[in-house]
Amino acid sequence: MGGSGQPRSAASPRPPSDVARIELNSLAHSYAPKVQRPGDYALRPMNLTWQDGGAYALLGPSGCGKTTLLNIISGLIKPSEGQVLFDGADVTALAPEARNIAQVFQFPVIYDTMSVFDNLAFPLRNRGVRGSEIKKRVQQVAELLDLTPDLKYRASGLSADAKQKVSLGRGLVRSDVAAILFDEPLTVIDPHLKWILRSKLKQIHQEFKLTLIYVTHDQVEALTFADQVVVMVDGSVVQMGTPQALFEDPAHTFVGYFIGSPGMNLLPCRLAGSAAYVGDHPVPLGAETLARAQQAVTPESRVVLGIRPEFLGCSAEENTQSGGVAADITAVEDLGNFKIATATLGGTSVKAKLSEDALLTPGRGWLRFPPERTKLYIDDRAV
Amino acid sequence: MSKTIPRATVRSAPRTQVPRGLGRRLFVVVYFMLLLLPIYWMINMSLKPNREILGGLTFYPHELTFDNYRTIFTDPTWYMGYVNSLIYVGMNTVMSLLIALPAAYAFSRFHFLGANHLFFWLLTNRMAPAAVFLLPFFQLYQNIGLYDTHLAVALAHLLFNVPLAVWILEGFMSGVPREIDETAAVDGYSFPRFFLTIFLPLIRSGIGVTAFFCFMFSWVELLLARTLTSVAAKPIAATMTRTVSASGMDWGLLAAAGVLTIIPGALVIYFVRNHIAKGFALGRV
Amino acid sequence: MKTTNHRAWLLVLPVVISVAFSAILPLITVINYSVQDIFGPFQRVFVGGEWFRDTLRDSELRGAFFRNLLFSAEVLLLEIPLGVAVALALPAKGWRASLSLVLVALPLLIPWNVVGTIWQIFGRADIGLGGFFLNNTLGLNYNYTNDPFDAWMTVLVMDIWHWTPLVVLLCYAGLRAIPEAYYQAARIDAAKPWAIFRYIQLPRLRGVLLIALLLRFMDSFLIYTEPFVVTGGGPGNATTFLSIYLSKLAVGQFDLGPAAAFSLIYFLIIQIFCFIFYTMILNLGKGPAR
Repeated sequence: MGGSGQPRSAASPRPPSDVARIELNSLAHSYAPKVQRPGDYALRPMNLTWQDGGAYALLGPSGCGKTTLLNIISGLIKPSEGQVLFDGADVTALAPEARNIAQVFQFPVIYDTMSVFDNLAFPLRNRGVRGSEIKKRVQQVAELLDLTPDLKYRASGLSADAKQKVSLGRGLVRSDVAAILFDEPLTVIDPHLKWILRSKLKQIHQEFKLTLIYVTHDQVEALTFADQVVVMVDGSVVQMGTPQALFEDPAHTFVGYFIGSPGMNLLPCRLAGSAAYVGDHPVPLGAETLARAQQAVTPESRVVLGIRPEFLGCSAEENTQSGGVAADITAVEDLGNFKIATATLGGTSVKAKLSEDALLTPGRGWLRFPPERTKLYIDDRAV
Repeated sequence: MSKTIPRATVRSAPRTQVPRGLGRRLFVVVYFMLLLLPIYWMINMSLKPNREILGGLTFYPHELTFDNYRTIFTDPTWYMGYVNSLIYVGMNTVMSLLIALPAAYAFSRFHFLGANHLFFWLLTNRMAPAAVFLLPFFQLYQNIGLYDTHLAVALAHLLFNVPLAVWILEGFMSGVPREIDETAAVDGYSFPRFFLTIFLPLIRSGIGVTAFFCFMFSWVELLLARTLTSVAAKPIAATMTRTVSASGMDWGLLAAAGVLTIIPGALVIYFVRNHIAKGFALGRV
Repeated sequence: MKTTNHRAWLLVLPVVISVAFSAILPLITVINYSVQDIFGPFQRVFVGGEWFRDTLRDSELRGAFFRNLLFSAEVLLLEIPLGVAVALALPAKGWRASLSLVLVALPLLIPWNVVGTIWQIFGRADIGLGGFFLNNTLGLNYNYTNDPFDAWMTVLVMDIWHWTPLVVLLCYAGLRAIPEAYYQAARIDAAKPWAIFRYIQLPRLRGVLLIALLLRFMDSFLIYTEPFVVTGGGPGNATTFLSIYLSKLAVGQFDLGPAAAFSLIYFLIIQIFCFIFYTMILNLGKGPAR
């Protein structure tokens, strides 16, 4: 039976042909009947492609439109503008049951009066699958999800994590499912069981090469689960990329601030010559960044300099070779295997993450901004 | 269509939507028509003179008249019936809520000795066959000197309204997370202040729904109200039965009086309609 | 979970006092009547269990009892499915939902004798629309004052008209409490409308349906005012339900002893039925929820 580590074979619950690339084509959604201003959009116009077999996390604060986007992909909500394409075919008008997609919700949805077996068989029975086939598939999926001993019991008596596995199982039993969408599925699960369930998900992903889209507002959950993270804020997708790319190259100030602990230092500044001035202090920029910034900037635009605490150098003495910016170090915290220094520069406080053996005390100090790590944001977008 | 979507499912998808919605709307419309028809008929009759009522069936008043209503609004034995009913119903609704609120809070928040039995005992008081309990009621209220007062009816109706109010309110209160009580206590709120300024606003809709049910059951009750009153606090429903049987069947007047008994109820539902929709969505009833 | 706190009794005390005031003294008086033969205000004889024995042998009372049981069964069988169906069909939100609720609740807010009056008028062949329609348009020989079957049907239809709204309101509340995710999951699982009803809506309506069952059983078993106004219990005994028979005994013939004895038995029967329903509700709340 489809136990762990088994390669895809005849015993696997689904044949290999159902693969889907999901494309969102100038998609937008508004719950109001007429859109008068951009703020009326629950989802602002976007183009996005989810590759087949990818593990995606959809990350953003509450109310940013994650769930709306997920429901549009599954067909529960019909978008007010744009199209959803599966493998190039337009499915925008198709009902959820006609799409090869399954969805797991925040709170476990189980059919209380049915046994676990009947719960798992429900989507197949509704689709007119033969009895013997149903039995085979349900047993395979139950085995995979460690639900075999519970099959004959009522689903309402299960614990929250087992219920959530039943919800997932209802997606896995279907041979046509190519993508499973998760809407914060671990909200009601005990912390130590979260780990077990999440590794179960990874295992299923590796085994079946399903496309998984996982909505969460927890960055740790997103970064450990996904190959690709999509960050949303205020109804727009601000960046899609690997966890590393989000860390090293945030495309939006929100990504910088939201991801990482502590988040990116964001310093309002103005451009002059070959440097950005934070208050009166010039910070040197990379040549390429500078060139692009000078092209994009207008007198009204908000210019912000961003640097991760991990990349910001901080020392008590001036280093003549690499140059530095004088600042007041207000605090140094020892957090075990690293130290966090807080300094004030041009009226804004910045943090630097230092190794645990760094020698630093509050007082006068020097900040070093490596030009290749120093990002510039014009109106919140990276240049 | 994508090759991955089974054809059978695609075909079945659009079929289920349209006719179901239509049949459903039709069903609701027919239900409402049957619901409103008897009421319409009474309104229709109340606007006719007796001559036309007895002369033959007309679907709308041919000789439109407001005489029946004029009689009611000019004769104190009639209109005082409405005033009396409204007074004791109002008193009863306020009393039921005041008494039931703390008790519902206790049932929703604490385990205490005999809670379940007490709750069942409260409910059993709805089940007493009124016909035989009327005489003891009459004697009781006469002995304590409350006979023929609004207070007597208001007190007697507590018998079935308080248990109901506790029942409904308990459902709403259980929907409010216990953490709110604890947070308020930590923030230094005294219990009465917490209850009045934080807790009650949270269950506003529940109070609206409860008030609606208390009003309803007190307004529609006739037997107790008639038994406990004679002149000074006589309810409209009793006025209708007595006056009409004494002077023969004045159908038009009877219908007009009947229509006027619906109006306070209709106004109450109109004012609490949003609470009902919202309250019902929140509560477990 | 709930904390144990016996001082909660202080909060419950006003309820106990207010209800006991109107409940206990009359009950004691009725028990007193039931064991005495009362000839006048100062002449009474203790008769022990005689009235209870008589009551159990009284064939007319037994007739009224079975009539009432049949009536309650019919009422429950018709009103509950109809109420569920209407609640399912009502709009879920917007002004239409508000309007529907106002209209549905209307019959509940009409005093019971006025309900009787409405149907008394509506069913008459000469001046009532319903009676006119049945007699002249459908050509039936309908007359609720002469024909026992017609009288029964009139009272039954009246009760359905009057009380189905209560079932509708309760079920409507129950339906609104089902989280949207259940419907969404059902759509993804390709559930047909019947399966959604059978496996999602019905199981989650069980609680409110039992409440509706309890209330409707109690009130239909105690029905008095409405049939009294329409048929007065006739023709013959066709619509003489328990309460109507009892009030004939107690008020009409002043047979207080037998009437009191029977109302105690009556009270007990209703309590037993309701206790069964009530225990079902309690266990329902405990069982699947955990």
